[in-house]
Amino acid sequence: MAREPSEAPPRPYTPGSLLPQGRITGPMPWVIAIMMFLTVLATAAGIALDHAARTLSADVSDRVTIQIAEADGELRGRAVRRIVTLLEETEGVGNIEVVPDATLSAQLAPWLGSDMKISDIPIPALVDADLVTEEGEREERLVTLDRAVKAINEQARVEPHANYLTPLARLVGVIGILSFGAVALMAIATGAVVVLAARGAHATHRGTIDIMHMLGATDAQVVRLFQRRMMLDALFGAVIGFTVAVIVIILVGRSMAAVASDLVQSVSLPVFAWVLLPLLPLLGVAVAWLSARVTLQRALKRSL
Amino acid sequence: MRSAAMATIVQFENVGLRYGPGPETLSDLTFSLDEGTFYFLTGASGAGKTSLLKLLYLAQRPSRGAIRLFDADIVTLPRARLPGFRRRIGVVFQDFRLVPHLSAFDNIALPLRIAGVSDDQLRPPVEEMLHWVGLSDRANAYPATLSGGEQQRVAIARAVIGRPELLVADEPTGNVDQEMASRLITLFEALNKLGTTIVVATHDFNLLGKVADAQMLRLEKGRMADPTGALRYPPRPAGVD
Repeated sequence: MAREPSEAPPRPYTPGSLLPQGRITGPMPWVIAIMMFLTVLATAAGIALDHAARTLSADVSDRVTIQIAEADGELRGRAVRRIVTLLEETEGVGNIEVVPDATLSAQLAPWLGSDMKISDIPIPALVDADLVTEEGEREERLVTLDRAVKAINEQARVEPHANYLTPLARLVGVIGILSFGAVALMAIATGAVVVLAARGAHATHRGTIDIMHMLGATDAQVVRLFQRRMMLDALFGAVIGFTVAVIVIILVGRSMAAVASDLVQSVSLPVFAWVLLPLLPLLGVAVAWLSARVTLQRALKRSL
Repeated sequence: MRSAAMATIVQFENVGLRYGPGPETLSDLTFSLDEGTFYFLTGASGAGKTSLLKLLYLAQRPSRGAIRLFDADIVTLPRARLPGFRRRIGVVFQDFRLVPHLSAFDNIALPLRIAGVSDDQLRPPVEEMLHWVGLSDRANAYPATLSGGEQQRVAIARAVIGRPELLVADEPTGNVDQEMASRLITLFEALNKLGTTIVVATHDFNLLGKVADAQMLRLEKGRMADPTGALRYPPRPAGVD
């Protein structure tokens, strides 16, 4: 069998050409892009809300406000001074702060108008303080403190912030946990999408797979061929979804920074979140890799 | 020429094949194929030729009976070991089964690539094979642009490029002219002389006389017409030893 130079030499043999060029998984990359977008947002929301819940809990657990609802301004001012003195002399009490009249006016301005003067109406005076206590002694110390301030002025009472902010912090925490639940569900959905795509690719290229088998290809060779292409498709979707999600997070973060609310301001992404979030696309690709591998191996084992 | 020294490469013992719950397509097949021998497999359409070839090239396992191939029990052989056996078998499918998105060159190179031959090393034998089947100028053509005869030649080149120990061909000359049919049979003979056992299923009785010392297996309604597998073509006249 003498060889003769061929008129049209074969093109260079390109490895990986056993499957058609282009994507083999249909809309899978775009579905993964959407999943990744939602996953990154949900993760960011979960981390931010969890962070906010922890911050709120830490902030409010020891904080109390002594409200002096004395109508007489002079008596009210005297009571404030005596209560501040009492607080300064009480062990475990710190960070004492009399809420300035200007702050009270500003807070009431939406209801009473901005030209209102604090002396025009009997507005309670407020004194904030931290009451550092052991967990078991907290209630008892609050009662004792309440009795002490009432001894100074009958209209004074101690209001622990935890009473009204703890349920809110708990709600924020629950929403954060729900976000992580949504992340888990989306990871499962991503795996399911890849399983469907792998089955579709297997069915579409069944003829090629059968030929490869008949020519002596092992399951590992066939799986490698599909797995590589599917991982590239998944990576494409994951990067697109992640990029768009990060842009959205940055824009939302800027908008939230402009809102003058302590509660909203407390919802922020801690530094570790910016380390964790970029790992999500890699996790997505790993899920795709594993799903594709298991699905194809199972499908191939059904044939001889 | 058969000799007592020849090793048996394939051994069927009471083999039956059934697809699903239907009747047996092949029944009670008992025969053996000797190493380095050329066999024609004949029979009417529906006699079971393609099913028998599927058993030979390990696309099916029998429903019953025993098959030994290359000294291994194929019926109980673990699935993971089948690829190694398949690489020792060349197959020419009746419907060619070329990979549609691969060029003629790449289709022919496929068995070598699966066997792990590097791209540099596979080029010379593929070019040689393309030249041999007269398709050097069609190396870059895709199957859809090849005629039926050209596709068949690519399929044959793909089957023989790995120098298989057993070559199984299902109607390999069905789509080529007589001249090309003769060339292909000559190629099969050349491979046979190198030690490859050849099994060619064909309707073309013209082919049967073209290979000296070829043995004939004939199927009738899923059963071997000559259970000994020793029939020759043309048949010997009655009463002549």
